[in-house]
Amino acid sequence: MHDSTELAVSARNISRYFGDLKAVDEVNLRIEKGTVYGFLGPNGSGKSTTIRMLCGLLIPSSGTIEVMGLKVPQQVDRLRAAIGYMTQRFSLYTDLTIRENLRFIASIYGLNRTAANARIDELLVTYNLSERAAQLAGTLSGGQKQRLALAAAVMHKPKMLFLDEPTSAVDPENRRDFWENLFDLSAAGTTILVSTHLMDEAERCHRLAILSAGRIVADGIPHELTAELSGQTLGITTPRPRRLRDVLLEQGAVRSAAQVGNQLRVLVEAGSNNAINAIRDIMQAHDLSGEVAAVAPNLEDVFVVSTSQSQRQ
Amino acid sequence: MKSLHRILAVLYKELLQLGRDRLTFGMIIGIPLMQMLLFGFAINTDIRNLQAAYVDLSNTSASRQLVAEIQASQIVGFNTILSSSEQLQQGIRSGDINIGVYIPADFERRLQQPDRALAQVLVNGSDPTVVSVANQIAMFPFESRTGSVVSLAPRPIEVRVFYNPERRSSIFIVPGLIGVILTFTMILFTAVAIVRERERGNLELLITTPVANLELMVGKVVPYVIIGLIQTSIILVLGKWLFGLPIRGDLFDFYIAALAFIAASLTLGLMISTVTKSQFQAMQMTMFVLLPSILLSGFMFPFEGMPWAAQWIAETLPLTHFIRLSRGILLRGAELLELWDQLLILIGFAILALAIATRRFSKQLD
Ligand SMILES: Nc1ncnc2c1ncn2[C@@H]1O[C@H](COP(=O)(O)OP(=O)(O)OP(=O)(O)O)[C@@H](O)[C@H]1O
Ligand SMILES: [Mg+2]
Repeated sequence: MHDSTELAVSARNISRYFGDLKAVDEVNLRIEKGTVYGFLGPNGSGKSTTIRMLCGLLIPSSGTIEVMGLKVPQQVDRLRAAIGYMTQRFSLYTDLTIRENLRFIASIYGLNRTAANARIDELLVTYNLSERAAQLAGTLSGGQKQRLALAAAVMHKPKMLFLDEPTSAVDPENRRDFWENLFDLSAAGTTILVSTHLMDEAERCHRLAILSAGRIVADGIPHELTAELSGQTLGITTPRPRRLRDVLLEQGAVRSAAQVGNQLRVLVEAGSNNAINAIRDIMQAHDLSGEVAAVAPNLEDVFVVSTSQSQRQ
Repeated sequence: MKSLHRILAVLYKELLQLGRDRLTFGMIIGIPLMQMLLFGFAINTDIRNLQAAYVDLSNTSASRQLVAEIQASQIVGFNTILSSSEQLQQGIRSGDINIGVYIPADFERRLQQPDRALAQVLVNGSDPTVVSVANQIAMFPFESRTGSVVSLAPRPIEVRVFYNPERRSSIFIVPGLIGVILTFTMILFTAVAIVRERERGNLELLITTPVANLELMVGKVVPYVIIGLIQTSIILVLGKWLFGLPIRGDLFDFYIAALAFIAASLTLGLMISTVTKSQFQAMQMTMFVLLPSILLSGFMFPFEGMPWAAQWIAETLPLTHFIRLSRGILLRGAELLELWDQLLILIGFAILALAIATRRFSKQLD
């Protein structure tokens, strides 16, 4: 595989307890330099806790971490200038203006006055905050706050960026711009670890790890993860989707059935050969009508499959 | 150099926030003003015209002279003349009077017998300040017309008051009050300062930046040093203007002492902020320090009268040492060098507290 100098993050068997709760469970991570790496997982799955451990904010209960070739938390003081962290909760000063916040961050990172002013002006333009530079951060909208937080996190041009749900309050259109910004940074050589619970966002990442209950239940390149499920996802157009759903969920081979508009999206077990015909037979037996067709699997399906697999183990 | 740069960044940010926080800014001026007026005027430990009655069974010129002299002291006001000891007791029980003076029928004869009590002072002992007044009356030096000086008490003690001959308590209170107000505001402001960043989530970001613990602490504390000095000046000016506070010592000496005390209080506040998890906890901890400071430092009650355990606790409180410095310099005109040990204790306290706070403040979230 790769030489360890090619890795921005390498974590081996890290776990973290909060009292009796195992928030992170034996997580292994290898993130290559220059990639945009996604953490996909529902609330409480341990995304933030893992990121905090990687930044040296929390000490792992067990396991070892290296970020940019430095041991965390032992050598974290040397690491600080090389990483940027955008917290899930807005953590800049609400009673300072955008410009004052950025100026504070710039001086903390040792930028002198002229360098700081130039960099701040550049960031204000990049993140579309120029007109609001004199507005108090506390009065910004959720999406504006997150753009400000990203601007602050990249102030010192870090080699490694940790972004904890950076777009949770951003509307779809601005989210696209936000991701364009991320890929610009990535193209410039920045490694980015970004957590999200949105499937469409996760799909954009170079690589992805799916977390559930503190464990990585699947990881890989998004379209490869979905490709593994081809043939297992079906779409059924039916006048009685609720009834059909109840019937199908009683079948052992059906993993999940979720309604999407008028359609019922059905995920069947791997190895169920000719799933389409099998479903048709079941529908006939229950006197239900409808059109069955294969559909392309998405990350949600991957998530459902891998979490149910991990629960069975 | 880089370090100084970061300290200045924190300091500038703190000043910006302070300038925007109207309420805190108001408290900086408001607290000294309010406390000054409250303590200076309302809490007046001088006792004047306490309700009193007397019984004079001897009814001689000497006994009438005694009554007149006690009356002239203005400590008590005789508003009733009663005829028996029982009536005096009745009056005290009902609360009509706080003090009763009983002059027995053989008063003249007792004057010639120095080992016998001249008269009796009955006191409502449920109020300690009244007791102390009664003691003053008991010590009353009485010079009878015959020329011999005797006291009402078996052993005559003359109470003489130095440095505050008028016995005005407000003068005595102001030097201590400076310390009390500084204790309150300095500890509270800094205790809340770091906890607030933790509560609002700012700390999670700060921790991942290169700013070091000590840099953060120093940057956050320095603005409050300036505030402390402003408060000191407000109280000094008000004290002089409203209560005629004398400044007998060197003003420069006094400011040095105040600076050391401010440093000790601020670092104590920092220490509190590193062990508390919320602003509310920080406020409670501040009260936990403030209360013994007010009660034990010698601000309210004389230090010498306290049991040794209380004295020992008091010695660990910065306020105790500052009050000694402040009364010494302002009221007695002492030089700072004469009180060097007190100053040294304050400086030592500040260094120790800063060291503990810096160590305790972990760059972790939990
Ligand atoms: N400081 C803490 N003390 C106790 N429990 C904690 C602490 N921090 C996190 N947890 C618990 O650890 C688990 C993982 O939390 P974490 O914040 O990492 O989840 P997350 O994946 O970031 O979720 P979300 O999408 O809601 O942000 C949760 O069950 C949470 O309650
Ligand atoms: Mg989270």
